Amino acid sequence: MTATDAPAPARLRWMTATARDIIDETPRVRTLVLDVPEWPGHKAGQHVDVRLTADDGYQAQRSYSIASAPGAALALTVERLEDGEVSFYLAGDLRVGDRFELRGPIGGYFVWTAALEGPLFLVAGGSGVVPLMAMLRARADAAVRTPAVLLYSSRSEADIIYRAELERLAAEDAALKVVHTLTRAQPSGWNGFSRRVDRAMLEEVGFAPDTRPRIFVCGPTPMVEAAASSLRALGHAANLIKTERFGPSGR
Amino acid sequence: MTTMTEPPISRGFRGRGRGDQSARVPPGQHLVTDFPVLSAGPTPEPDLSGWRFTLEDGDTPLGAWSWAEFNALPQTDVVVDIHCVTTWSKLDTEWRGVSFDTLLEAAGLSEPPGPFTLIHCDGGYTTNVPSEDLVDGKAMVATLYDGEALHPEHGGPARLLVPHLYFWKSAKWVRRIQFLDEEQPGFWEENGYHIYGDPWREQRYDGD
Repeated sequence: MTATDAPAPARLRWMTATARDIIDETPRVRTLVLDVPEWPGHKAGQHVDVRLTADDGYQAQRSYSIASAPGAALALTVERLEDGEVSFYLAGDLRVGDRFELRGPIGGYFVWTAALEGPLFLVAGGSGVVPLMAMLRARADAAVRTPAVLLYSSRSEADIIYRAELERLAAEDAALKVVHTLTRAQPSGWNGFSRRVDRAMLEEVGFAPDTRPRIFVCGPTPMVEAAASSLRALGHAANLIKTERFGPSGR
Repeated sequence: MTTMTEPPISRGFRGRGRGDQSARVPPGQHLVTDFPVLSAGPTPEPDLSGWRFTLEDGDTPLGAWSWAEFNALPQTDVVVDIHCVTTWSKLDTEWRGVSFDTLLEAAGLSEPPGPFTLIHCDGGYTTNVPSEDLVDGKAMVATLYDGEALHPEHGGPARLLVPHLYFWKSAKWVRRIQFLDEEQPGFWEENGYHIYGDPWREQRYDGD
């Protein structure tokens, strides 16, 4: 690396995390509230790398989005994937008091801070809601009251993560609207959307392009691809649309 | 100062990916059979009629090709393993495109005019790669994956392919390679990722 005036980057060291609390969010999703004494703090939207070590030294690592707001105890929300070596442990076998390693925070791009101007439009698919929840929690902590919308696509009512907290956040903040769509099964009397996120839904729920909303989209690749291209077609500027995607093997 | 300590054992963790621990899988990686997609923003609409690929020395043009001209250049096939910084690796991926050596030759150059490159893409994405990591068959601009036109979400119509570095260096929607005298970090490199990105030395982030 060439010499510059920039300060030398701090090396991302592996730190020991201890599970302080485990919250079952849905049948397949758990939140791990962690004690990480060395945690340096983070911004909403960033992620960590997690490394597990078996008793014979075998290791595996993956990336997970941070669910907690800056300043709160570090929390990860993990969906158990059937072929997910690390997620199956974190969202399955792990108990309070168990330890693993993590390092971070990582990522300076898919990040919300209170200094961001304009309306905020969050579009989530499944566990893609996790980094967006960190943003909503941070927004509530900072008492930011610019208009915000979360459009959140889940398979069924039972798959909605953070449902009670989302209702509470929306009830306490007139500028925040939370809109659900359920793609596979809807309970009787459901008055939310009942289809995949599409252009008409984004137009109806989101903000007009000339208000220059900041848009964050996170979810499975097909959902993110469809949402991001629809947002472009609606006239939103590409540089205001930030995306995070995960596939079956991603985070 | 910290002292070196053994990593804590994650009680009850056995690991199911041990079959991945072949000599072809770098440390911290696991194998996938699908092809995950990671991008920072929307996928650009491909526009082949307006597509141009250019080589530049600083701000001086060295060569420019339309889509038809680019596809008329000698084509190279490779089968390579790829390694994404998000820890997936995929073995034996098949690509066709124009090797970087062929591009240099087509621009009338016998060697890179500068020691570093900045790769520019549709959508504003950039990444930096040392010139020596692109020559001698180490890199290409790929237009076909698995025998078919490269899908836009995987970087189509054309992406850089530098398989010996983490895959963010294999920039999607590549349009311009700029030679520079000094190294200039690209998009992820400015956002905390490693300036070089060698998967075998696990250079994921700044300071690794």
